[in-house]
Amino acid sequence: MSEIKTVDSPEGFEGSGFFATSLDKVIGLARSHSLWPLPFATSCCGIEFMATMGSHYDISRFGSERPSFSPRQADLLMVMGTIAKKMGPIVKQVYLQMAEPRWVIAVGACASSGGVFDTYSVLQGIDRIIPVDVYVPGCPPRPEQILDGLIQIQHMAKNEPLRRREDPEYKALLKSYNI
Amino acid sequence: MSHFGPKITELEEPFGLLTFSASAEDIIPILEYLNQNDRLRFKFLTDIAGIHFPDSKGKEFGVIYHLHGFENAVRLRIKVYLPKEKPEIPTASKLYASANWMERETFDFYGIKFIGHPNLTRILNMDDMDYHPMRKEYPLEDGTREDKIDALFGR
Amino acid sequence: MAKELEIIKTTSDALALNRPIEDDRELTTLNLGPTHPATHGVFQNVLKMDGDKIVSGVQTVGYIHRAFEKIAERRPFYQITTLTDRLNYCSSPINNFGWHMTVEKLLNVEVPKRAQYIRVILMELARISDHLICNSILGVDTGAYSGFLYLFQEREKIYEIYEEICGARLTTNMGRVGGMERDLSPTALAKIDDLIRNSFPKALAEFEKLMNRNRIFMDRTINVGGITAERAMNYGFTGPNLRATGVDYDVRAMEPYSSYEDFDFEIPVGHNGDTYDRYMVRNAEMWESLKIIRQAMDNLPEGPYFANENHYYLPPKKEVYRSMEALIYHFKIIMGEIEAPIGEVYHAVEGGNGELGFYLVSDGGRTPYRLHFRRPCFIYYQAYSEMIEGLTISDAVAIMSSLNVIAGELDA
Repeated sequence: MSEIKTVDSPEGFEGSGFFATSLDKVIGLARSHSLWPLPFATSCCGIEFMATMGSHYDISRFGSERPSFSPRQADLLMVMGTIAKKMGPIVKQVYLQMAEPRWVIAVGACASSGGVFDTYSVLQGIDRIIPVDVYVPGCPPRPEQILDGLIQIQHMAKNEPLRRREDPEYKALLKSYNI
Repeated sequence: MSHFGPKITELEEPFGLLTFSASAEDIIPILEYLNQNDRLRFKFLTDIAGIHFPDSKGKEFGVIYHLHGFENAVRLRIKVYLPKEKPEIPTASKLYASANWMERETFDFYGIKFIGHPNLTRILNMDDMDYHPMRKEYPLEDGTREDKIDALFGR
Repeated sequence: MAKELEIIKTTSDALALNRPIEDDRELTTLNLGPTHPATHGVFQNVLKMDGDKIVSGVQTVGYIHRAFEKIAERRPFYQITTLTDRLNYCSSPINNFGWHMTVEKLLNVEVPKRAQYIRVILMELARISDHLICNSILGVDTGAYSGFLYLFQEREKIYEIYEEICGARLTTNMGRVGGMERDLSPTALAKIDDLIRNSFPKALAEFEKLMNRNRIFMDRTINVGGITAERAMNYGFTGPNLRATGVDYDVRAMEPYSSYEDFDFEIPVGHNGDTYDRYMVRNAEMWESLKIIRQAMDNLPEGPYFANENHYYLPPKKEVYRSMEALIYHFKIIMGEIEAPIGEVYHAVEGGNGELGFYLVSDGGRTPYRLHFRRPCFIYYQAYSEMIEGLTISDAVAIMSSLNVIAGELDA
């Protein structure tokens, strides 16, 4: 037997040659363990992401083997670094180009709330323009913190209903951002 | 010194770096002379910075050039003061290609116009910004943000 | 058959045959936009392309403008160190110590030898860290991903050393005006020793064996993005980019600061300033940095690690709890009420990318009146649109990663 610990199967009804469970659980399981991130790295937190991608704090253990720079093929938008007001429309455009289901992590203090830079040119947190699922504080956060944020997204992806996009609450949230 | 004589004023040497002031009309001839003279050879423009002194009348804005001559290992600082009503100065970008963006940055921050510059537009701030942020009368923070209570942060 | 050949001849080879492009409509506009895997950091280049060749490019910067210079007018001197961290965040100790040296020049503080040697060791480690990122990312951009993975292990070791010394990995906020905040612990010395003797030389030699004479790498980088020495100096190039063109200007050698004159090191230069030369110069500089660290570690002098200037350097905590003067000094320094002279000072250090200069104008108050950073990336990035003319996109990408443009330093 190999020593690699595989994921537990969800609860369901098993018999010889079949396994019955709800589609939500299976798809949630598959989604959460293969989140492809879009590293939107602007500044210092981007270097910590590069360290997370390196072999010491491997992010591909968690399923994020392929960082996709094309929004159409990414599940998870990781905004790392300061977002200036000049960059705001671009973040919004990238978010709009992503297909559902999509999640957003704001990595670092600058992306969460503007960070140290309470100035005329810095957007005070990306949640002013796009909805954010997980905030990872730190300046810059350690790779372990970034991985913790990713694990929280994995929990969210595993446990949410199949068609979150049809949810009235989610629709209201997007409407509040004019999306 | 001997060449330009009275056009160079306020010669001083703070912290070992020779500094003098000049006026906006003379700055380009001075820079050309320093660049092309065989003995001086100041062929490297290190930096252009702007500065704003709201209290000194008639000399509110300043443009500070730092030059460096590699062969002689000498640095030089030239200060040019401009009045608030007419902050204009000829561009050094024909002489030094590095002055191009440095002058754009100074224009972006202070509103100092460089006559003859190929593309004097904002470089670091957003194009639709209507004020020049580094001037002393403008605050650091964005005035339109709502959730940070200034009184608590001591501003 | 004849018709097909006609179509091929009209566009792409006009540039190759040096024929002028008459009609702008034949060119396509491509946006190498702010979010792109190959532009490290957020830069936008709107390129006009003729088929695969770039005719011209217009650059936009400022996508991460954080207004450092305005923030610095609000903060007392020791709080600005955290701002300088975030300039060239791949090598933060160099920025930190450069700032401390500027303030020490203004306040006329003499830093003891031991602190200077420790600063040299940390600055050279930071330089190695910066060049490691640049060269491994150049490898990634030309297709060699494994070099990145191997070299980042070494960077993790450098991060561990930083953590041992100051507590943080990336934005280090190291040192104080007047020296260091604490001495190098035995663990830190052991880790530095292990890095420079055992692990790093082997890793760098392995990387060089992989890339230096690699046929594919050489074809992608030789004669790509060359620039002459006169043009480079006119554009304000400094650092490895200028040394690759043949000019041996290094601030550490021309105006030695922090005891660099005690060390024996060479300044590698290249020939024609192309991407391959920049890569080789950075590699050679890493070996020179290793030499400097070894010399510093062997000759590390004993003595205090901070200047005995109570006005500017926080007194030790034991004194603060006991004596009244120490308490008052501590209070004054934290509140920022130090007696700064009125004056202006310009100090430059050799950063990872060249001459990082600090122009500080002080009016005697708590905070600087004006602080301007002479950022090398901002100044040499202007030449990029000239360097990519006539090349393909893949060359443009290789040139950008070899120039080592760091967004935080460019936009400040």
